[in-house]
Amino acid sequence: MKAYDAPITGQAPEHSAGKRMRFPADFLFRKLTGFIALLVAAILVAILIALLDEGSQALHTFGWGFLATTTWNPVTGKFGALVFIVGTLISSAIAMLLAIPVSFGIALFISELAPRWLRGPVSTAVELLAAIPSIIYGMWGLLVFAPWFSRLEPWINDHLGAIPGIGALFRGPPMGIGMLTAGIVLGIMVIPFIAAIMRDVFMITPAALKESAYALGATTWEVARHVILPYTRTAVTGGIFLGLGRALGETMAVTFIIGNSNNLNTSLLMPGSSIASVIANEFTEATTDLYRSSLLALGLILFLITFIVLVLAKLLLLRMERNAGGKP
Amino acid sequence: MFKHCSIMPRLAVFAAIATFGIAAQAANITGAGSTWVYPLVAKWSAAYAKKTGNQVNYQSIGSGGGIAQIKAGTVAFGASDKPLTPEELNKAGLIQFPTAIAGEDLVYNLAGIKPGQLILSGPLVADIYMGKVTKWNDPAIAKLNPGLKLPAMNITVVHRSDGSGTTFTFANYLSKVSPEWKSKIGADTSVAWPTGVGGKGNEGVSSYVQRIPGSIGYVEYAYILENHMSYARMINSAGKVVSPSLKGFQAAAANVDFTKAKDFYVILTNQPGADSWPISGCTWQILRKDAPKATNEAVIKFFTWGFEHGQDMARSIAFGPLPPSTVSAIQTYWSKNLGI
Repeated sequence: MKAYDAPITGQAPEHSAGKRMRFPADFLFRKLTGFIALLVAAILVAILIALLDEGSQALHTFGWGFLATTTWNPVTGKFGALVFIVGTLISSAIAMLLAIPVSFGIALFISELAPRWLRGPVSTAVELLAAIPSIIYGMWGLLVFAPWFSRLEPWINDHLGAIPGIGALFRGPPMGIGMLTAGIVLGIMVIPFIAAIMRDVFMITPAALKESAYALGATTWEVARHVILPYTRTAVTGGIFLGLGRALGETMAVTFIIGNSNNLNTSLLMPGSSIASVIANEFTEATTDLYRSSLLALGLILFLITFIVLVLAKLLLLRMERNAGGKP
Repeated sequence: MFKHCSIMPRLAVFAAIATFGIAAQAANITGAGSTWVYPLVAKWSAAYAKKTGNQVNYQSIGSGGGIAQIKAGTVAFGASDKPLTPEELNKAGLIQFPTAIAGEDLVYNLAGIKPGQLILSGPLVADIYMGKVTKWNDPAIAKLNPGLKLPAMNITVVHRSDGSGTTFTFANYLSKVSPEWKSKIGADTSVAWPTGVGGKGNEGVSSYVQRIPGSIGYVEYAYILENHMSYARMINSAGKVVSPSLKGFQAAAANVDFTKAKDFYVILTNQPGADSWPISGCTWQILRKDAPKATNEAVIKFFTWGFEHGQDMARSIAFGPLPPSTVSAIQTYWSKNLGI
């Protein structure tokens, strides 16, 4: 394979350069794709400007305090974003704690352990999960998962709640809805995204590498840990951050099950709110300019959080590549 | 520097053109706003189109959206569950008038207590929603309900998570009956709830209440009828125990002298009268004074038709028609402000 690839890629630039004059279609196509790619960047900048513009009234009125206060009072016109920032980060963190190990297990099973006849059906099932609209997850969370979870919550109260220190996170009335429920349902929602990417990259790990390890007597776990993961870690990290991005911005499902309380609570069993859910809840009836501006400023913060997550992911990847000496 | 709010109205214009552009012929009018009044306007407009051939398109995008759209001039009328003050109307060149009366009530999830058995008072409800009364067997509740066996359960407060006219009416009522509520929380389409969980929409609140034992929530009367929920009876401002009913909502409106209130700026909560239901509310239609006369005429024709012919339709979906005295006050108001 390699032997055939090399000469073709080597010749390609020369080949196309020679024909460019005779075929303006090439030139047009290049400009068109370039334009479309730049358009994406332009839309991104336009959204940022629109959010800055619309949110400027709130940011001017409250300054940096907007990020650090927990008051959200439409009656008195005092708005602060901290409750929602914390809610967004905590619900996404719970989701990732759940989704990363489970996705890894699913991907490893499909690529290494499953009998060949089972791979197709399981892969398709994972992909179908990704295609379910988020409102369906929300309704499932509210009507099926929450009632079931509310029966589990007394047990969580008695056992996890009794642990000194972190026990405070697990004490609360057994309502079935709240931060923990939202995190778990979010986790289930992002599993298919992370699992599908992990599966794809696990499958392309060269058989020669894996078989060498098996030949040396490595177990499946050791192959996964020391061969597959190091080989695929760039793509795996990318998949995890894709899932995280989705969890941060998820709106409908969270609105259904997070409990929508605009107060800060220690316990994960208590209701909370995320940036996306409060915008979805309150935007339609935001009757004053400052109120609406504050909601749009929240949108700007979510935009920036997502951006920061992406930058961190890039930095992490760069560092991993440097540590690995530039090898994949 | 851009002026803030510059993009949203333009987006709204675009959305309005995209939605209505094709259908916008002379006799067709568009409105937007309150989700509360949507079932009534939808019912009226369907019957009106059948009778007269004129279309009324109504988008239930929320009161805030309705106010923004009518201010931007993209619709012929906006609908809001919260009246604008006369000063605000004057500043924006708008007028407003009420459409129909509705009510809301508290619902609860307590095993063994049947609909209508529990009696609550305004100040007590305020204390429950402020987190001061936290157990169902609290002496304050037991005093009003001597015959009932109240459990030693925690009260889970359920409120609306989305901004809504239902919340405005509820919080406005609590502000009138509890000075502490008024100073600490106040009334708006969303408020800073000190406690409880938030459900999205009436359906969200009713599903939480049906799910969580020991919970209490507030929903529109129509939802209580539809879902056969356990509703509370309330003590009104005359000190009488009343059940929610269309008669009770209308009694609350009948005791208001709309002819005296400038721009109908009256909120129907906690009105006097032995039969008045204390948590009654209303939806206002907002029009532009500077709109083309033909547009305002078409809107007024529609609502006049609704006031005259739409009463049974209103009752069938738990809206109380306006008393005749109010309708004639509205007609005087139209001719004074619009010359129609």
